Amino acid sequence: MLLIRCPYCEEERPELEFRHAGEAHIARSSEMTELSDDEFEKFFFVRQNPKGLIFERWRHIHGCGRFFNAARDTVTDKFHLTYKAGEPKPEITLMAPAEPAAWANREPSELNVDMPSKEGGR
Amino acid sequence: MTVSQATRRPILAGRQTTTPNATVTVAPPASRLSLRVPAGTVAAVSKALGIELPTRPKASASANGRHALWLGPDEWLVIDESGADLAGLLGSVADFHSAVDVSHRNVGFIVSGTGAAMTINAGCPQDLSLAAFPVGAVSRTILHKIEIVLYRTGEAEFRVECWRSFADYAFTFLSAAARDGSS
Repeated sequence: MLLIRCPYCEEERPELEFRHAGEAHIARSSEMTELSDDEFEKFFFVRQNPKGLIFERWRHIHGCGRFFNAARDTVTDKFHLTYKAGEPKPEITLMAPAEPAAWANREPSELNVDMPSKEGGR
Repeated sequence: MTVSQATRRPILAGRQTTTPNATVTVAPPASRLSLRVPAGTVAAVSKALGIELPTRPKASASANGRHALWLGPDEWLVIDESGADLAGLLGSVADFHSAVDVSHRNVGFIVSGTGAAMTINAGCPQDLSLAAFPVGAVSRTILHKIEIVLYRTGEAEFRVECWRSFADYAFTFLSAAARDGSS
């Protein structure tokens, strides 16, 4: 189970208490009626869906009920950090490089895990 | 024409499951308030309720059978075991706030005994060790498929609050977990 830090509860909580709420930092135009169809489509439907670092909204729905933002890696599911709603988007350069997922197709020697020896036992 | 008096029928009243390690009891009726209070009004509301609303996460305050439980940065659940009219107490607070009487929306359960934490952990993924969830700690969380408010009233005693329509589920689940933990 993932542990997600809620910036309002100030501690890590089990993922079952949270709900994903889409991409973060998408500003709604203050003059919505002025948008062209293309601009509206971009605002309303088009999302980054990157492989790697993404900024997302999450809600601690079965906890304090608050929305907050999180920087997560879509490959490893690692949460780099979470921060309160309304706070500025953190600098990407502060992020640690993405680590390989445990299930990524890699040679055992590249994985930072103990492998059972061939003789049996560890 | 006579108007018949409405009769309250508390759900599961008096039910109890006793196992060697844990006991699950349905708590007596209490009055409850769902409070939303902005930071500037907390002092006035605290004064009217006669209890200091805690502002730290997971914190609670208790006095004379009245408990103020922190649920979120501006949200509290107030429980009064004597059944006092909590909403009436706030009538004199002119500052902006929201107080909704939810006395009959919730049902409380008392889970006690050496296996109390284990019983709740059967459906709640939070760390209930005394270091992470000390006496007085409170949290809205989940119990298997339902949402609950969990309040630690003693080292081996918890109060579980759930919505009335989930009461059967919660009691059955906690009873089964208590039995499992004692076998």
